[in-house]
Amino acid sequence: MMNQQEIEVILARQLADYLALPIFLVDQEGNLLFYNEPAEKILGHRYEETGPMPSSEWATVFQPTDEDGRPLPADELPLLVALHEARPAHSGFWIRGLDGVLHQIEVIAFPLIGQSDRHLGAVAIFWERPA
Amino acid sequence: MNVQLWGTRGSLAAPGPDTVRYGGNTACVQVTGQDGTVLLLDGGTGMRRAGQLLGSDPRRVDVLLTHLHMDHIQGLGFFSPLRQPGWVVHLYGPGSTTQGLRARLSRYLSPPTFPVLLRELACELHLHEVACGDFDIGPFHVSSGLICHPNHAVGYRIQEGDCVLAYLPDHEPALGVPHFPLAAEWTSGYRLAAGADLLIHDAQYSSAEYPERIGFGHSSIEQSIQFAALAGVKQLVPFHHDPAHSDEDLDQLMAAAVAETGPNFIVTPGMEGAVFEL
Repeated sequence: MMNQQEIEVILARQLADYLALPIFLVDQEGNLLFYNEPAEKILGHRYEETGPMPSSEWATVFQPTDEDGRPLPADELPLLVALHEARPAHSGFWIRGLDGVLHQIEVIAFPLIGQSDRHLGAVAIFWERPA
Repeated sequence: MNVQLWGTRGSLAAPGPDTVRYGGNTACVQVTGQDGTVLLLDGGTGMRRAGQLLGSDPRRVDVLLTHLHMDHIQGLGFFSPLRQPGWVVHLYGPGSTTQGLRARLSRYLSPPTFPVLLRELACELHLHEVACGDFDIGPFHVSSGLICHPNHAVGYRIQEGDCVLAYLPDHEPALGVPHFPLAAEWTSGYRLAAGADLLIHDAQYSSAEYPERIGFGHSSIEQSIQFAALAGVKQLVPFHHDPAHSDEDLDQLMAAAVAETGPNFIVTPGMEGAVFEL
């Protein structure tokens, strides 16, 4: 039998599909489950081409850096803070899309916690800061 | 297991000369195990008659509520075992993110909506909150899971031996899906229904009505058949009929949906009183 995502995760993906904000969704292990079309424009790759990937990969493949160009530790990324500490997190930093373009972004991430304290994953909403 | 439909209507009881065959009572399904263990799925108005005909044996009944909309709990106040000393009633149902099952049920079973308080019921009452998880009742292994329907609803997968019944009476798996169905992984309710011998599933609307009711938490008959096909069930019972649909309407809508979708499994429209032996 094929596995099925929890309903909260399914609804989060469907909401992301309809919103014009870039959204990035991971499961409780941090594995990338989905990013929507607005996110594709910043990340430089269609989700269908990227597909699922573990946090060890997505936390580095987009090369997050601070304002001085120093690589950000993965555990400081808002999405992983939200996931590991079960709280909303926010920060601004730079990433390089898979198309090689550098973007300064702001990120707000929040954990997906379902009924009965089920930790289901986390969602990041992000947008590019105007130049 | 034996499965009997005591109420098949959705949203509002719809008794009258136009609904005699499909029935006017709201959701209630009796499941009886080979050892006589009785489960009642939902407490719609069909529950009143189910309670009358349970007799005095067994003296225990387990009621599994999918959610607490009125058409699924209105029969509780008129369910005779709840009012009789000597009966043991176990009530299962979902809490919300902030309120437990007792508090949620008490919103109906208290004045001014009902004259009797939950704590005044004469039976020995046990409440069990369910959201996602497995538990056993006699010979039945029950899995519950949250599904797509407003205000916290679950579906149930009930297994006795090799027989599986899936019960998702209020369910809108097509919500937000432009080309339903998606892959199983991204389809609400799939895990509960996969491979079931019998699936009782929401089929409230015609395909013409659904676009006007997106987000109400229900499926069209066609979507119900498509969901059943994705889940690979052996038999589908379209259920939770719209109160505005007469027997004649339902005959036509069911036939048209089957003709359009061409299912490779049995589709038996849910009629009050129907019995299925698994």
